[in-house]
Amino acid sequence: MKRIFFRNKILPYLLIAPQMVVTIIFFLWPAGEAVLQSFQREDAFGLHTTWVGLANYRALFQDPDYIHSLQVTVVFTIGVTAVALIVALLLALAVDRTIKAGPAYTTLLVWPYAVAPAVVGVLWWFLFNPTIGLMPYLLSLVGYHWNHALKGDDAMILVIISAAWPQVSYNFLFFVAGLQSIPGSMREAAAIDGAGPVKRFFTITLPLLSPTTFFLVVVNFVYAMFATFPVIDATTQGGPAGATNILVFKVYQDGFVGLNLGSSAAQSVVLLAIVIALTVIQFRFIERRVEY
Amino acid sequence: MAAITLEAVGKTYAGGVKAVHSIDLAIQDGEFVVLVGPSGCGKSTLLRMVAGLESVTEGKISIGDRMVNEVEPAERDIAMVFQNYALYPHMTVRQNLAYGLKNRKMAKAEISRRVDEAAQILEIGAFLDRKPRALSGGQRQRVAMGRAIVREPAAFLFDEPLSNLDAKLRVQMRGEIKQLQARLGTTSIYVTHDQLEAMTLAHRLVVLNGGQIEQVGTPLEVYRKPASTFVAAFIGSPAMNLLNAKAEGGVAHVGGGRVPLAAAVTGPVTLGLRPEDVRPADAGTEGAFVLKIAYVEELGAQKLVHGTVEGQNFACALPSDAALGQALHLVPEPGAAHGFDAQTGKRLG
Amino acid sequence: MVENRPLLNILAHLVLILGVLIVAFPIYVAFIASTHGPTDFLSGLIPLTPGHDTWHTYMTMLTTGMQSSGMPPLSLQMTNSLIMALTIAIGKISISIISAYAIVYFRFPFRSLAFWLIFITLMLPVEVRILPTYKVVADLGMLDTYAGLTIPLIASATATFLFRQVFLTIPDELMEAARIDGAGPMKFFWDILLPMSRNNIAALFVILFIYGWNQYLWPLLVTTDASHYTIVMGIKRMADVADAQPQWNYIMATAILAMLPPVLVVIFMQKLFVKGLIETEK
Repeated sequence: MKRIFFRNKILPYLLIAPQMVVTIIFFLWPAGEAVLQSFQREDAFGLHTTWVGLANYRALFQDPDYIHSLQVTVVFTIGVTAVALIVALLLALAVDRTIKAGPAYTTLLVWPYAVAPAVVGVLWWFLFNPTIGLMPYLLSLVGYHWNHALKGDDAMILVIISAAWPQVSYNFLFFVAGLQSIPGSMREAAAIDGAGPVKRFFTITLPLLSPTTFFLVVVNFVYAMFATFPVIDATTQGGPAGATNILVFKVYQDGFVGLNLGSSAAQSVVLLAIVIALTVIQFRFIERRVEY
Repeated sequence: MAAITLEAVGKTYAGGVKAVHSIDLAIQDGEFVVLVGPSGCGKSTLLRMVAGLESVTEGKISIGDRMVNEVEPAERDIAMVFQNYALYPHMTVRQNLAYGLKNRKMAKAEISRRVDEAAQILEIGAFLDRKPRALSGGQRQRVAMGRAIVREPAAFLFDEPLSNLDAKLRVQMRGEIKQLQARLGTTSIYVTHDQLEAMTLAHRLVVLNGGQIEQVGTPLEVYRKPASTFVAAFIGSPAMNLLNAKAEGGVAHVGGGRVPLAAAVTGPVTLGLRPEDVRPADAGTEGAFVLKIAYVEELGAQKLVHGTVEGQNFACALPSDAALGQALHLVPEPGAAHGFDAQTGKRLG
Repeated sequence: MVENRPLLNILAHLVLILGVLIVAFPIYVAFIASTHGPTDFLSGLIPLTPGHDTWHTYMTMLTTGMQSSGMPPLSLQMTNSLIMALTIAIGKISISIISAYAIVYFRFPFRSLAFWLIFITLMLPVEVRILPTYKVVADLGMLDTYAGLTIPLIASATATFLFRQVFLTIPDELMEAARIDGAGPMKFFWDILLPMSRNNIAALFVILFIYGWNQYLWPLLVTTDASHYTIVMGIKRMADVADAQPQWNYIMATAILAMLPPVLVVIFMQKLFVKGLIETEK
């Protein structure tokens, strides 16, 4: 907070007005509408809306499709987070060991972050295309018949790999920054205490990296749950038989394709609650970190 | 150039905290006034009120003949030197100096004349085209002063301008500020918590405590006749010894000795004696009191003897060749003892 | 390093080389595919060495597009993407920096309310409130317009917080000095604050350019007219058709062109990119 400030009656309102207008029209109003709609039901012609209380929510949590979508989302989110974090950590540790070549490797490893998730989806969809793709061909050599258009597990593996691929770059950068902030003297002290590289990693590096890791887990959760819509849309479109139908994709499908406004609104509100919970966790954590 | 007058000036913050209580102060044209006191005494707030950076909640501030309570800082014809210099980091030294003049729509030729002149006075001509981060602390300090000089204002306001410098540079810059002010003759208000800086720079000192003026006077007046125990302890280094004593008919009794005071008081009194205002005496000397020695600091030219008088801390400065035992008998220099009211701390006599 | 273990160092390099290869592999395959003619894919396996149709493929896509799926030329789609990315980046930075300025340097009624409203936007990803937002944009007649493409994505809590953080680290005395130097609020903003935030603005620009360029769902919803297609959403529309009538070389050429601008930005402005990424997550 600034100790002193400009005294001007109108100017601050003018300065903040554009942001406020956009926020209210395109954020608050729609969000409010979603909350309202989630308690209403519209008739077939869109002429009458009736207040139905929690009926939409009740219907939602009794809908086996939605429960399935929830389960799929959990598997997908954990899968993406685990793959993206472990690969990134491995690469970051390796870069941390190299001295001169570090920046060059970094450059070669960070650029996938810039590739649009939709393009990422198209790339992997091409690689794994059952008729022409390279991966199914290689897998067939070891006797596995890949077909993500028919097999749910194949589809899940495909979307997890696709979604994790650009996120590795992101996690990698933060792990490298985290590793660099660990004082070299600490590892030297451990080495003098007789700890080998593996032991040092588990007793010194990993614990000291835990703030970064925790932060990244939250960020990756949010990414996997909300930002991966394009990946799903470009690869499996939720299929086969809903095997990769994560919550954000279902909201879109039920709202735009199925035109079930009440249910879609209720789904939006549930997602909203999840985002808010994750954000609160993140902020709690950041506050705690600031106190150190 | 102008006189600055404060009439019953006070500052109450929104929360009801009173930072400054009803200050009256008349600063003459060309005078160098130093506001000195411990942190939180209101000295910076007072200066910032004169600058227009804090609103005046009570009283009146005038610069020259003009009441400036509601006048914007830029319109007050003052220049300020900040503790952290507040140089614009993205501008060169020249741009820093010229910025205020440009904002006043001054002609280009006049701007560059003034900048060159200030650069010459402050010897910063060699790095006019550098950015502040390429300068040392002392050079930045000069640039900050330069920014004040080019404006040719009615008054300079200094807010602890030397406290970010190391000790040696601080002494040097102190001398330069004093010479500069004498040369330009610009009315100056200078805020510091360093009593030595205050003593060396000021024409007049204003000692502040708890948002109120404790004493106003020339450095020597304040040093010789401190108005209260607060001023007595604050001004002078090493600090004045303050002893609780009993007085009878204007003579304080302490440590087995008798010290004559300027006022004819009887009862409890606070006796003030500067460390340099006592000298050792033989055991039997009339009125001498006893100092039990705890430890000695050798300062080269003299030594500082610390100990207790009747269980109260006491220090005295003695020639470096003085011989010491377990205890010392001391007598005050004639007329050097200060008496203060034991309750209020106000000076007696 | 603490001690010299050649074996471990070699292992590190192996891991990194493997990582670089895995990262580059899909792009390599895509690029190779884009250099072949359509007939080269009939063999049933993706070719792994460059073909000879590179020039033809890219020129066709850039100038005429893929008529069979109603795709306008990629040059138009890339222009649309560029307009969208630049508008979002510049728009977000502009409205965020001035609102952060208002919040940090002024005191006014409803100041904290405004702060919290902006904070809430942080919690609402587009994907979550997509349907009602679409409705609002449709009601305002902004479908198939650049305004509809960009303005709803322009409010940014992240950028506002970033600038707020930057401003809070700028010493108060600088503003006081500027006031004494005769600078009013707008002059202070232009002469002091803006130049001092240059690096942060540049870093944020890199991140937001990528964000804007890579938008997918939003342009997919608000554009029905091909003249407003962006390349990132366009590629998906092409792929949908391609399942029936695979034109892999064209799709992969589009993929390469779609990723090229943001990837180049990251590679050539890596420092700003990393700074931006780490700052926006504080």
